[in-house]
Amino acid sequence: MVQDAREAATAPGRRSAAARVGRPSPGWAVPGVLFFAVFAVVPMVYAVYLSFCGNWGGLGTPQFSGLSNWTRLFQDSDVRQATVTTVVLTVLSWAFQTPVALLLGVWAAGRERNRAVLSAVFFIPLVLSTTAIALLFKAILDPNFGLATTIGPWIGFPDGNIIGSPNGALIAVAFVGGWQFIPFHTLIYQGGARQIPEVLYQAASIDGCGRWRQFFHITLPQLRHTITTSSVLIIVGSLTSFETVFLLTQGGPGTSSTTLSYGMYREAFQGFDFGYASALGTALVVVSTLLSLLMVKFSGFGSMRSTREGM
Amino acid sequence: MSQYVKSLRMKANPLAGLGAGVWLVIVLVPLYILVTTSLRTQDEALGGNPLSWPRTLTLSNYKLVLDSGFWGFLVNNVLVTAFTVAVVVVLCVPVAYVVVRSAGRWADFAFRIFLLGLAIPAPVTIVPLYVIIGKMGLYDSLPAIILPTAAFAMPVTLLILVGSMRDISEELYEAMALDGAGQARILMQLVVPLSRSGLSTVAVFTALNAWNGFIFPLILTQSDNERVLTTGLYTLSSQYGVNIPATLAAVVLSGIPMFVAYLLARKALISGLMGVGGK
Repeated sequence: MVQDAREAATAPGRRSAAARVGRPSPGWAVPGVLFFAVFAVVPMVYAVYLSFCGNWGGLGTPQFSGLSNWTRLFQDSDVRQATVTTVVLTVLSWAFQTPVALLLGVWAAGRERNRAVLSAVFFIPLVLSTTAIALLFKAILDPNFGLATTIGPWIGFPDGNIIGSPNGALIAVAFVGGWQFIPFHTLIYQGGARQIPEVLYQAASIDGCGRWRQFFHITLPQLRHTITTSSVLIIVGSLTSFETVFLLTQGGPGTSSTTLSYGMYREAFQGFDFGYASALGTALVVVSTLLSLLMVKFSGFGSMRSTREGM
Repeated sequence: MSQYVKSLRMKANPLAGLGAGVWLVIVLVPLYILVTTSLRTQDEALGGNPLSWPRTLTLSNYKLVLDSGFWGFLVNNVLVTAFTVAVVVVLCVPVAYVVVRSAGRWADFAFRIFLLGLAIPAPVTIVPLYVIIGKMGLYDSLPAIILPTAAFAMPVTLLILVGSMRDISEELYEAMALDGAGQARILMQLVVPLSRSGLSTVAVFTALNAWNGFIFPLILTQSDNERVLTTGLYTLSSQYGVNIPATLAAVVLSGIPMFVAYLLARKALISGLMGVGGK
């Protein structure tokens, strides 16, 4: 009843005075919106503008140069390689983090004792900064320091110089990212798995389904939305990942682990070509925006928005 | 019915348990190496097996780090984190309040702008931010780090705050308004106290991001006086070069404050980490 009255009251053109009692004026939002505009929206728009400006290193004023950066971008073999590297890294990260986090999360959603095993220790990587983690693994994977020479031969790097080989460097970056973020995604999956109604499993048990079939026919389909949310976070995160590459491999050896965002950094702050760097950045935003929109569509944000209707 | 059927979900699953154990080892080994190596002498670290227990335990690496400006990084980090949280909370509470309570196109529009902001990855804005912060005359100062860090924490903050302010019942607002309370008073005495759980999640989430942020301090500051923990750690590690124990001692020291916070307030920290996913 109250609900109906409220909806009627806020329907366009039917606002009575009563419905407006105590409504704040939009003016309250101005400082926050302005601040966000200056430090997040304007930089984004400015990046798009700069992507149409010629070789500019920050001194004087940028000169408009039409599509020159963009044509260069589409012909640049380095960019092509960085794109492939970024995609490979993203796929590796997803393929590593998703199964591990999903299985750990489902297992931890079970009995109380399971969660106790994944106690405090399990989440420590989450409280360390990416910088600290990257430097820790740089030390561990240092070929002179020991552990790399022990592990290397097991995974096909007989000389133990994992970071020094093109494939090894990428694998290392993906592994370090996983080491850092798998606990986070485990939490997401644990939350999702605990929402699955127990009744489904009981019914399946009565019908004589074993563990495997329960997992594939109940758990996985029920976790559909959780998998989407977690996957999109992994994908958008790895597409724009910068710190681990910067600290662990510096994009090397050669340019074999140079991702698009690290390449952009190099163009801007080592090559001082802000226009070209901005074109790279803009291209990256377009891709990750498309993915984020998918995220808004398929995950919780979408439902958060829809609850606004009828308010 | 259900008491006779014990679902497999609650039965022990030794294979999965083994898998979890393996992952625990993968988490623990690097942490073990981190702590033990930071207590080794440099000679021992270069030749020895990183998995062995140190022959001689030494605190000299820690002393070296603490003498090379570490306290300054820590103070800067605390300042950056505190101011970032303050800016985000002060700016976002009124915006969330308007989004929840004001039925109008402008409120919707504002909320949409912030939702779009979710799609802007921070690394991509470093070039324009470098130029804009420079033009503002803020380059190489702590505000240069605080302002963009705060801006990028706003979209998620707003999502959480809007969610928790929606739970406040309509009648409370109307009762207060009818009693003649102004908007500022409603905000301070009704909205803020009743959305406390959302506010604490937001504060933790923002603090974690500010505490561990690297890319903005890297791009927007350069001098020793403006280093925070992450950039300080990076500088020290390049100074120490092959002195791996010293670098790892710096890593341990940089992690201690957050680790202590984690031990004291695990639930709050985890919910802050989860941000949007948090309950």
